[in-house]
Amino acid sequence: MITRVSIALMSLILAGCSSEEKKSISSKELKILKITVGAEPEDIDPHVVTGVPEHHIIAALTEGLVAEDPVDLHPVPGVAEKWEVSEDGKVYTFQIRENAKWSNGDTLTANDFAESFKRILTPALASKYAYMLFVMKGAEDYSTGKLKDFSKVGVKAINDRTLQINLNAPTPYFLSLLNHYTWFPVHIATVKKYNGLTKRGSGWTKPENFVSNGPFTLKSWKLGRKLVVEKSSTYWDSKSTKLDEIHFFSIELETTQENAFRAGQLHNIYNLHIDKVATYKKEHADELRIKPHLASYFYRFNVNKKPCDDVRIRKALTMAIDRESLVKNVTKGEQMASTFFTPPGVAGYTARARFKEDVGEAQKLLAEAGYPNGEGFPSLELLYNTTEGHRIIAEAIQQMWKKNLNINITLQNQEWKVYLDRQREMDYQISRAGWTGDYPDPNTFLDMWTSWSQQNQTGWADPKYDALIRKAAITKDPNARLEVFQEAEEILMDQLPIIPIYIYTRVYALHPAVKNWHANVLDHHPWKHIDLDLSLLKK
Amino acid sequence: MIKFILRRILETVPVLLCVAAMTFFMCRLAPGGPFDDDKQVTAEVREQLNKQFNLDKPLHVQFYQYLINLPNLQSFKYPSRTVGDIISQKFPVSAKLGFLAMCIALGIGIMFGVIASLRPNSYIDYIPSSLAMIGICLPTFVMGPILIYIFSLKLKWLPATGWGGFDGDIFFASDMILPSLTLGLFYAAYISRLTRGGMLDILTQDYIRTAKAKGASAPRVLMKHALRGGLLPVISFMGPAVAGLIAGSFVIETIFNIPGLGQDFVKSAFNRDYTLVLGVVMFYATLIIVLNLIVDILQVTLNPKLKFES
Repeated sequence: MITRVSIALMSLILAGCSSEEKKSISSKELKILKITVGAEPEDIDPHVVTGVPEHHIIAALTEGLVAEDPVDLHPVPGVAEKWEVSEDGKVYTFQIRENAKWSNGDTLTANDFAESFKRILTPALASKYAYMLFVMKGAEDYSTGKLKDFSKVGVKAINDRTLQINLNAPTPYFLSLLNHYTWFPVHIATVKKYNGLTKRGSGWTKPENFVSNGPFTLKSWKLGRKLVVEKSSTYWDSKSTKLDEIHFFSIELETTQENAFRAGQLHNIYNLHIDKVATYKKEHADELRIKPHLASYFYRFNVNKKPCDDVRIRKALTMAIDRESLVKNVTKGEQMASTFFTPPGVAGYTARARFKEDVGEAQKLLAEAGYPNGEGFPSLELLYNTTEGHRIIAEAIQQMWKKNLNINITLQNQEWKVYLDRQREMDYQISRAGWTGDYPDPNTFLDMWTSWSQQNQTGWADPKYDALIRKAAITKDPNARLEVFQEAEEILMDQLPIIPIYIYTRVYALHPAVKNWHANVLDHHPWKHIDLDLSLLKK
Repeated sequence: MIKFILRRILETVPVLLCVAAMTFFMCRLAPGGPFDDDKQVTAEVREQLNKQFNLDKPLHVQFYQYLINLPNLQSFKYPSRTVGDIISQKFPVSAKLGFLAMCIALGIGIMFGVIASLRPNSYIDYIPSSLAMIGICLPTFVMGPILIYIFSLKLKWLPATGWGGFDGDIFFASDMILPSLTLGLFYAAYISRLTRGGMLDILTQDYIRTAKAKGASAPRVLMKHALRGGLLPVISFMGPAVAGLIAGSFVIETIFNIPGLGQDFVKSAFNRDYTLVLGVVMFYATLIIVLNLIVDILQVTLNPKLKFES
């Protein structure tokens, strides 16, 4: 009896297949990009999210004052058709285009931007990323509650189509910064209607309520499954939008992404598993992409704890790692071994400061610090969050230190939140870390080591370094400014509160039918330019 | 029987309260919190976040709020969803996967078990029994990828991932076959071992000999007399197994990317999503209690030696 039921069920399932196939054939005429950007988006409210998957989705739905060139990401007109910069570089005046519209047909005005900036800076909303706006006059004070009157903040809607932004200092990367979703407008009337001005998760981001101004609008969002956006008809440049729909699937596991890609269900593999790289190089070279990424992999030292409070020991440990061998034999993703911190070539900046990998020198320094040939070296623990990739790197480094310096360290892996907690509480000696730049400028890599930065977490502070970062913020001449950063990074590489290890690469696969997809260090791909060659999909 | 059921239901109240209290306080004791991220925030932002999510109130007040209003509370990780939203959207998926897997498990498991028990220690016992052994030894995270490799990547008969087809709403879609099969085969292996054992025990009983002596046909002896008793071990196994099956399987859901509840058990704890952890644990606990009750009732119905006196 039971067997009969299950046979009947199986045949029902099989009967379901045919209708499903018919459906996918009829939808072939539409250009539907099916991709995954990793995990399920936490939300799509640009003022509360912090993650990368959310970035990709919000970039399809919303557009800021400026947009990005699809090839090299230089700022091009977005909602603002043009802008002027004052003589001193501190005042930007944007001209909002006349045909900028929200997806519900409302006209997008300068005031929408001012109100949006006000929302993200509202203390009660507690936006984790509000600091991205702190280059604007008064923004920091307003967000910390010191300033109550928003009219004193440096943003003003002069009229419906003119927006003026006053900055604290000339900020050469300001236009690039505007492409970060924290600067994107939200439809305030909708947010207000669902009581979301000072609260996250208020329901305004549900598909039936969501209003946006980008090249795509939100069509559906099924938890754990996928989020679908469709071409917006109200977008000012909708004639340039090439795709009809983008389906963002939430698939976290790399092997599952790959299975879906190989079975033709997806047009990309967001992260290709490292073990597959060699096979893809051989068999699917046209799909494999390995591109430098604006992110640095490094270890933090706790400079308040023995033995890493001694700069000679920090130097010895840093010098005794063979990074070339590490990226070639362990990480295998063509990462760039780094003897500096800031990824090279960011906004014309390539760090001059580089330390040498030198085992002899490292041994000498270790001896000077009182541990000749590693004798009597105190216990040292390396903390990392539990992930296969971090484990193999830590083990390789553990071995290099054993071989080169004759010291033993212990490895301690902790679950993600415990690891973060210990790092924040400075309850570690050496800790694994990574940092992805928020915008293409050395500042995003170097201001985190100031004494006031929340991201520092090493206990290291140097007044000279702090002064240089402050100076860079107010230096108007771009070259002089980069020079200040060079000096700062020299201090950083001399004091070494961190061990730079490598510059990340993005290793992924993309179906050859996806067109106008240009690799860049931020891994941004302005969606309206992306196209799909349907004839290539069919094979 | 009604008295028995009522008493069992009353007994569940303190059990659920205990489960809730243990889950809640263990979560809070774990280091790290829902707002910890690789980008650290200032103390002011942290304070405002705590305020927004009522984490600034005393623990017992929070616990009380959680108890009385759990389904309507926001998830910390997915603030635009409530605990009730997440469970009600994801549980049907897990339940359907579990149901399909259970059908496969029972169908194949009982069939193999019965066949094996008919001629013990002969080749028709060895073949299904060794197949079952392989099924038990092969974990789902090995079986799943093997099935995907064969049926999706090589033969291209079935989709490799997903649930419910193209737009996720198809009631029975081809992408449901592989995950149900992977999960079902694993349980089928257990069930076939249990059935074989139970049947071997029953087939030597006096009442079976009596039935045969009475002149009942072999299929009738098997289906009506032997199976009823032979399946008792399977039924006691099925209580917790069904709860586990329909509440979702982390491994299957991850491999096949199925939007079920199983992933939330694991991830909500990792995310310190206090409300969601409590929600899924309470949901699962209730499910287990209800299914165990059903199994107890079934056992009394099937086994004349048992009575409703606990």
